[in-house]
Amino acid sequence: MTSTVRTGGAQAPSAPEFPMPRAEGCPFDPPPALKKEQEQGPLRKVRLWDGTTPWLVTRYADQRALLADPRTSADITRPGYPSSAPVRGSSFGFILMDDPEHARQRRMVTAPFTIKRVEAMRPAVQKIVDGLIDDMLAGPPRADLVQAFALPVPSLVICELLGVPYADHDFFQENSKILISRSAAPEERGAAHAKLIGYLDELMGHKIARPADDLLSGLGTRVGAGELSRREAAETGVLLLIAGHETTANMIALGTLALLEHPDQLALLRDSDDPKAVAGAVEELLRYLNITHGGRRRVAVEDIEIGGEVIRAGEGIIVPNDIGNRDPEVFADPDRLDLGRDARRHVAFGFGVHQCLGQPLARMELQVVYSTLYRRIPTLRLDAGLEDLSFKHDGAVYGVYELPVAW
Amino acid sequence: MKVTLDQDKCVASGQCVVAADDVFDQDDDGIAVLLDPTPPSDRAEDVEQAAAVCPALAIRIQG
Repeated sequence: MTSTVRTGGAQAPSAPEFPMPRAEGCPFDPPPALKKEQEQGPLRKVRLWDGTTPWLVTRYADQRALLADPRTSADITRPGYPSSAPVRGSSFGFILMDDPEHARQRRMVTAPFTIKRVEAMRPAVQKIVDGLIDDMLAGPPRADLVQAFALPVPSLVICELLGVPYADHDFFQENSKILISRSAAPEERGAAHAKLIGYLDELMGHKIARPADDLLSGLGTRVGAGELSRREAAETGVLLLIAGHETTANMIALGTLALLEHPDQLALLRDSDDPKAVAGAVEELLRYLNITHGGRRRVAVEDIEIGGEVIRAGEGIIVPNDIGNRDPEVFADPDRLDLGRDARRHVAFGFGVHQCLGQPLARMELQVVYSTLYRRIPTLRLDAGLEDLSFKHDGAVYGVYELPVAW
Repeated sequence: MKVTLDQDKCVASGQCVVAADDVFDQDDDGIAVLLDPTPPSDRAEDVEQAAAVCPALAIRIQG
């Protein structure tokens, strides 16, 4: 059964291809054709790589409503799920499951991410950030910020969170880098993944014998109680690494680029002593950059009336939170980077029960990074033309591959 | 105002605590706890923020 765009016209145009390309020279803005869809109406149709035509939910309010609606499923194995690539394999982790199993598995890893526990990690994160900046400043006055800083920060923070001993940090970082490297072959990635699983499984054994105050020890307790297997616990550790590594790294690098391109905004951030102002700036950068491009993916399990249309059970739904965050009904002058605006209601972390589990940690890391890097390296500048940079247009998470900087 | 919190819906995002940490807290697993079901009216803005950012729509405000 095919679906066509519903319009009042006699000739229904075919649904445009999704995703759409960004404009040359506008690396921070969503694709112009996607913004156009938002202007056209709240519920649109798009065509994917496999010829299917899921719904596109273009406006902020509808996006929040749908992501919180129990009639939508995140189960990638359900017929009609609008996948961005062929679905291979059978086990996808709780991100791609529905409640109650999703809730059961998610609740096993929420404890380390409470606001209090994340706050308690702030001094350790500050130390990691300062240490990496010390290393940069001790060397020649130029570097690729991605390799020297943006990638190591989150991977070292996750080491801290999981309870990876300092002596194993290099091993951990080497293999984490391969997992998200653009040039690594699939077999290399598979090997790095297997090494990390094996490593975390072994480490879990130590944590079960001698529990510490870290996430792996917490999982070890659950393994002991029979709530999940050793293997599942190790896989959860690697899942958290994958989920929190490239995302945060991309925000650090792309955020730095955005600030360097908006020097008035950078000055506000660099010269501010106010933690609330820094926190507000982080929210605005999350809104403005929305690195999770490509849209949230769901499939309707019942008919849903929304935006003057009816999404039928079994139909695919794409929620492009990047344009939700640029909805002029919600954010005045939405395409403007304005660190002083109240952007706290952005949907960069998604919405509904699947909203990013790591968001308190991500926020804290970014607060530390953005309040430290530009203060400690006030002469930081881009050491390349904007047009020379290479952006992750096809990546699951948007960002920049390299960021040559000098100071 | 009267605030209600449905803990069964809570997914432990902690965003209510960020918005109004005198009204909301989290237990050891991160599930939200309502500290004050009848906060004074000068807390309205922050409590509304909490309700708006709750991804599970677990917070309701009346009056």
